[in-house]
Amino acid sequence: MKDSNNNILTKGLIKNNPLLVLALGMCPALATTTSGINGLGMGLATWFVLLCSNITVSLLKNIIPEKAKLPAHLIIIANFVTIAEILIQAYWPDLHDNLGIYIPLIVMNCLILGRAEVFASGHSVFKSALDALGMGLGFTLALTLLGVIREFMGTGKTFGNIVFPGEYGALLFVLAPGAFITLGFLIAGMNKLKKQS
Amino acid sequence: MTYFLIFISAVFVNNIVLTQFLGVQSIFDVSKRINSAVRFTAVVALIMTVSSVLIYFIQTLVLQPYGLEYLRTLAFIVLIVGLVQLTGFTFKSISKSWFMNYEIYRPHLTANCVILGVALLSINKNYDLSEYIVFAVSSAFGFGLVSLIFAGIQEQLKLLNLPKRMEGLPIILIAAGLLAMAFMGFVGIAK
Repeated sequence: MKDSNNNILTKGLIKNNPLLVLALGMCPALATTTSGINGLGMGLATWFVLLCSNITVSLLKNIIPEKAKLPAHLIIIANFVTIAEILIQAYWPDLHDNLGIYIPLIVMNCLILGRAEVFASGHSVFKSALDALGMGLGFTLALTLLGVIREFMGTGKTFGNIVFPGEYGALLFVLAPGAFITLGFLIAGMNKLKKQS
Repeated sequence: MTYFLIFISAVFVNNIVLTQFLGVQSIFDVSKRINSAVRFTAVVALIMTVSSVLIYFIQTLVLQPYGLEYLRTLAFIVLIVGLVQLTGFTFKSISKSWFMNYEIYRPHLTANCVILGVALLSINKNYDLSEYIVFAVSSAFGFGLVSLIFAGIQEQLKLLNLPKRMEGLPIILIAAGLLAMAFMGFVGIAK
């Protein structure tokens, strides 16, 4: 049963985790995970856009001509990104300041575009929504994990709560190099897990 | 002097790939060899410069006067996709081999954070037109520099005998981390 609903929902968590196995959406994953809460916020924003765009693309799949697929999908995604940006700006202004230009850049996230092209344009609305839920959850979890690790290693806090007080922490992990190195080791760990199972 | 500072800042201090993480994905995928890195950078530089000029005009002549700034994502996406398509037609009419190469890169150009990211960055900095162009060109230069260094690193990495689970992406990411650390040495030269 390759295409059962259960399988569609859960494959994004570990087996096909968008960030750690398929390596999609690396740019926002590296840039916004300076702390656990930022990672979680970015993940949720991406999840929202992914869900809405997958449903819309699947609804419109018979109307969009084959040749105009990519531009049409991009425009659909851009609409939802604009909605997400305005919502975040209104309700979570701090998060909006922290994420900055990476909220509009959700449009260019290969994960969302990829799911629209590969899955939603060939499956029913219900299955596309399930797929978006699973993939979005996997991406959000991976981003939060990356954010928590970087925040803990860098400042000794988790989600802003002090775990190790004082001067503990290698600031490098909050800066750019730490993002690359942490993600590198996470993917290596995932490879090991995959080999064992 | 301002132009020079913008150049130094965009290439070394705030390199778009290593500190802003724009276009990381395309660098890992495309620059596996030095000559493909050069070709890809040339196309990116061309589209980035042209698009940032057009985006400047859209921003100052259409979006700002009418208070439509919340539509910028949509407007820029339409512009960039159109431009990528247009460049394809132009290359097709110039030479067949150029067009074949371009087709390989097209997915990396359309779904690429670099071009949109540079446009958004320069809007946030309130540059005027000439500074805009300098910023776009030097960002492309910084992208090209990192992409060249990476092509070299990836060619060397093939010769290494690595543990199985570190092969591929993990070791490339760690190498990128070390490179980013090296670029941190430039902090303080310019803002």
